[in-house]
Amino acid sequence: MDDKVILLVEDNADDEALTLRALKKNNIKNDVVVAHDGVEALDYLLGAAGSAGRQPHSMPQLVLLDLKLPRVDGLEVLRRLRADPRTHLLPVVVLTSSKEERDLVNSYSLGANSYVRKPVDFGEFTEAIRQLGLYWLILNEAPPAKGT
Amino acid sequence: MSLRDWPIRQKLTAMLVLSSGLVLLLTSAALVGYQYWSFRQTMRSTLSVRGSILATNSTASLAFANDADARELLSALRADPHIVAAALYDRNGRLFATYPGDLPGGALPAAPGPDGYRFQRGNLIGFQPVAEAGGQRLGTLYLASDLAAVDATLRLSGVIAVAVLTVALLAAYLLSRVLQGAISQPVLMLAETARAVSDRRDYSVRAAKLGEDELGVLTDAFNHMLSRIEAQDRALRESKEGLEQRVAERTHELEERNEALRHNAAQLLAANTELDAFAYSVSHDLRAPLRSIDGFSQVLLEDYAAQLDEAGRDSLRRVRAATQRMGTLIDDLLKLARVTRVEMRTEFVDLSVMAREIAAELQRATPDRQVEFAIAQGLEARGDARLLRVALENLLGNSWKYTAKRTKPKIEFGSIEENGGRAFLVRDNGAGFDMRYADKLFGVFQRLHSVSEFEGTGVGLATVRRIITRHGGRIWAEGAVDQGATFYFTL
Repeated sequence: MDDKVILLVEDNADDEALTLRALKKNNIKNDVVVAHDGVEALDYLLGAAGSAGRQPHSMPQLVLLDLKLPRVDGLEVLRRLRADPRTHLLPVVVLTSSKEERDLVNSYSLGANSYVRKPVDFGEFTEAIRQLGLYWLILNEAPPAKGT
Repeated sequence: MSLRDWPIRQKLTAMLVLSSGLVLLLTSAALVGYQYWSFRQTMRSTLSVRGSILATNSTASLAFANDADARELLSALRADPHIVAAALYDRNGRLFATYPGDLPGGALPAAPGPDGYRFQRGNLIGFQPVAEAGGQRLGTLYLASDLAAVDATLRLSGVIAVAVLTVALLAAYLLSRVLQGAISQPVLMLAETARAVSDRRDYSVRAAKLGEDELGVLTDAFNHMLSRIEAQDRALRESKEGLEQRVAERTHELEERNEALRHNAAQLLAANTELDAFAYSVSHDLRAPLRSIDGFSQVLLEDYAAQLDEAGRDSLRRVRAATQRMGTLIDDLLKLARVTRVEMRTEFVDLSVMAREIAAELQRATPDRQVEFAIAQGLEARGDARLLRVALENLLGNSWKYTAKRTKPKIEFGSIEENGGRAFLVRDNGAGFDMRYADKLFGVFQRLHSVSEFEGTGVGLATVRRIITRHGGRIWAEGAVDQGATFYFTL
């Protein structure tokens, strides 16, 4: 039972490496699972639609979700997670480049717990990751675990 | 039909016939009357002459009371069929002899009346004294004549008068038929012309002039009036046609412009949609590589600092500074694009309150600066509150930035009268600008200062201008180098 996993949904390899580095620099030791697009993320969380019988993994403690993703985009992933009782209460932080108004509105409308814009400055980015980890992994009480 | 409505020909004919008829009638009546009167006078004098002769002849018979002789004398009256009765009275007024012999009693006056001749009961009667040569009266002669002769004469005169009247009236009628034309003809022609004008609205017809009398003058005046009406009618029609043509031209022009506007609006919509997609894409995709450049430069600086000399580390720092600047530029450009795309929500906005809030924020962000703000009270405008805030933030932010090197920085927000309307202004005593480059102030990426002198991307004032333009307003600036700057805008 691994309830300390962070699911990072990120298609950009650079951003993935930098996010992992920022987590490491902030001494966040949780396991990080990376999904490279929306389909992978949904497979991990809800089980593949095509491979019936496969049990999904246990729920991660936090999902860091990019919005612009290949195949199924972040907002669609969020919509499906909120529609499923197993992931209905899962903490999802949108971590993306844009602060377009409609992205913000759509994310919160679909039930995002938080919306963080990735700063260009790596120092600021590291600081944002630090605060995210502090809040969601330590300070925040997670909803009761569901699943198997 | 009353006399008033008769055709003028009949009126004229009737007038001529009536007046000539009346004259003739009066003349005939006078003539007949005179004839009647003179005939009666003649008759009386004739009877009196006959009475005188008969009386002179009767003196012997009366003097000797010889009645047979007297009857013989009276019977001579048989020659005159009009004498209906005659008698002789003696000195004492007794009937002595009568004519005719079989005269019924009572047909004669019982006693002689006063001497003299007079008309009485349809007859002419007379009492003639019979006297001797010496003057001794012997008796009285009575004569009675009927008036058949007078009646016959009178009847003949009447018939002649009626015949003359008839012929004269006929002649007058025929003559008037000919003469009335002189008056009625021009009048009828005028009437005919007037009818043609009123029926057909044909102002080109003219009445023919038949003489130089008053009717001729009337015809001239009428024709002159028609000419003027015709000219005015033509002018009216021409101006109406011109007007119609101009209306048609304008309508056509308007339709073309409408079409062009529709076309432009469609193009604008397409452009906006494209811009929207572009901005969204920029927002997501353009920043990601910058993060990589900055992030991995930092990785190099942190993990490989030992392998780099100072020049290498400086280069990496420059790379990082450039990415920061690039990030700011992208953010500012996106703001500018958003200002264009965002839907306007018009409401009343208290710009004074807004300016004070922005000033407080600026002060909070840089607490160590001492800037004097002079913000006028109660400046209100209609507009989109969020966009107006962005505009004011940029203008006040600029003033804040460009007064950084002043010892007594001052920033003012107020309004002035401008062409009957109101213009708002933001004034500072900062670095100012050269008026020669005033037109460059509001262009995208146009800067009048270097980045090392004053931070900035050159997008702020372009954003402000776009906001003011979207509100239908105008923005302009005044300033001088080191003398501060004033930005005016209307909404």
